[in-house]
Amino acid sequence: MTNPVIQCRDVWKVFGALDAAVFAQIRAGTASKDEIQDKYSCVVAVADANFSIAAGEIFCIMGLSGSGKSTLLRHINGLVAPSAGDILIGGENIARLSRAGLRDLRARKIGMVFQNFALLPHRNVIDNVAFGLELRDVPRPERLARAREMLKAVQLEAWEDARITELSGGMQQRVGLARALAGDPDILLMDEPFGALDPLIRRQLQDQFTRLCRDMNKTAVFITHDLDEAMRIGSRIAIMRDGRILQTGAPHEIILSPADTHVAAFVRDVSSKDTLSAQHVMSRVAPGEMEQLARLPGILPDTILSEAARLAARENQDLPVRDGSGAIVGVLRVSEILTALAGRGQYAQN
Amino acid sequence: MRKTEQSRTPAYLSWGMIALVVAGALWWLFAPPLPEWLTQFPAPKGLDNAVAQQIDAAVNWMKQQWASFFDVFTWILRKILGVIESAMVTTPWPIVVALVLLLAWRLSGLRAAIFTAACLAYLGLFGFWEKSMTTLALVAASVLICVVIGLPVGILCAKSPRAKRLLEPVLDVMQTLPTFVYLIPAVAFFSIGKPPGVIATVIFALPSIVRLTALGIEQVPAVVREAADAFGARPMQKLLKVELPLALPSIRLGINQTIMMSLSMVVVAAMIGAGGLGLDVIRSLQHLKTGQGFLAGLAIVLCAMALDRMVRGRPPG
Repeated sequence: MTNPVIQCRDVWKVFGALDAAVFAQIRAGTASKDEIQDKYSCVVAVADANFSIAAGEIFCIMGLSGSGKSTLLRHINGLVAPSAGDILIGGENIARLSRAGLRDLRARKIGMVFQNFALLPHRNVIDNVAFGLELRDVPRPERLARAREMLKAVQLEAWEDARITELSGGMQQRVGLARALAGDPDILLMDEPFGALDPLIRRQLQDQFTRLCRDMNKTAVFITHDLDEAMRIGSRIAIMRDGRILQTGAPHEIILSPADTHVAAFVRDVSSKDTLSAQHVMSRVAPGEMEQLARLPGILPDTILSEAARLAARENQDLPVRDGSGAIVGVLRVSEILTALAGRGQYAQN
Repeated sequence: MRKTEQSRTPAYLSWGMIALVVAGALWWLFAPPLPEWLTQFPAPKGLDNAVAQQIDAAVNWMKQQWASFFDVFTWILRKILGVIESAMVTTPWPIVVALVLLLAWRLSGLRAAIFTAACLAYLGLFGFWEKSMTTLALVAASVLICVVIGLPVGILCAKSPRAKRLLEPVLDVMQTLPTFVYLIPAVAFFSIGKPPGVIATVIFALPSIVRLTALGIEQVPAVVREAADAFGARPMQKLLKVELPLALPSIRLGINQTIMMSLSMVVVAAMIGAGGLGLDVIRSLQHLKTGQGFLAGLAIVLCAMALDRMVRGRPPG
């Protein structure tokens, strides 16, 4: 991996008055959650989080409410300081930054989008988008020009003079996204940004977001409680429960080999049609089968499952999977496609 | 079955109660008189006088020691009042009327402007014009001082729980202490006339703007504050660009309250020579002139209502 943009090393966050002895117990895992809460009135929000994120990745942190995912996100721009551990942005430990240095990092390198938008209701749309630049004392004409550009990127250019309250939830969040992008940060922190929106709007914004990230070459950390959403937009996913990261991996890795029963429970109902591809579901060619398969047109190993299913349905039979050179590397059986789409069981690779 | 058993009072309790009542009645009829220390609180003789004299001495001492400070303070107050009052009284009335109506219209719309015009007409027709300008100058000076002091103190209260804990009892005392109590030392320190009137008014009206400013800032949603932090706002930027604008409705209400409370002090201030509409009310009281008193009182009420409509701002929508 090239130099990671964001790195979290052994990050712990415990809320409450914490003394060293108690913390040692918590770290060693000798105190139970209830014991920590009742006896020491502390809450462990993040426990030993480790990950690094490369440039251009969309790193999803998925967990239910109270799993500590939002707290973990706030460590990355220093809104929350860790009880222990290091956060490195571009190789630089943010704990070493001065107050002014941290403000500068937030203003220039990191944009943030909030679940309930957190826009300023007394300003119109364009002044909300220009807010971050205004804080950096960018001259007004310049920041308005930049804000206009960002509004165009989220297709709200007709609304620049509107009041925030005139906009729908989905539009407000696009303003939030434009505001985060206006400072041209390398990193976007997305705190359950689409959680409060209708499913259809949510889907549109997910697509718009992934496109913008790709086009503008942003690295994003995306918090969600919806595994489908994480699967759809994440290049990698970390699954969190009770402050701990249970598993980190690409979407197909999470589906194919959940690390434990909790992850398996999350994954059980997730739709794999856009996550898995032919290579994950195919099986070995049985002897004697090759002759028949060789006569059929093949599909590429990275064809996504929904597409493969469509082709298999048209041919109405098992399909050969051919690599780039046309050699048959496996067979995709209709029964396996159906099993995968039904979303149960585990599929061993090959 | 159980119910009736439960609801029956045990015999010994009923008998006990009867015995108590009888004993009480016998005591009432035949008991010797109570000793005096039980019927009257044993207050040491002369304690109140001694303490009151100490306070008098302290006030006198302060008056002498800090005479120059109070003189300068009084002088500054007189200057501020003088500028405002001469501006309002010497400006020809049509210009004042035009300016006030324009302000009312810009701030709060046409309805407020019409209402204000009616109020001004009353003041003019019944000969209260100059007196009401004097009164409004006093109110304006008091409100100005309240805002200048109250806004920063309110911000401090919102930002520092400790400052709030310390100031809360002070504000309570300022709001509930009867006005006449601090009117006497105010006269002692600032002599009679308008300055002590302004001081008394400020003491009375300041707590509301402090409290409402603090409340407004405390009510700014935490997530909006967080957003300001996340975009790298300096503390001052956060205050000026996020917190104060969002607290503005509450602050506006605070200013409104301050104006109303200042106007309610007009009569009291007139007792120590502040003049204006309050003086008419006091004269009517002294000479038992109901009609005159009513007209002057109505003038104060109309000033208050017009100012209230003006400051309240445009109705939403």
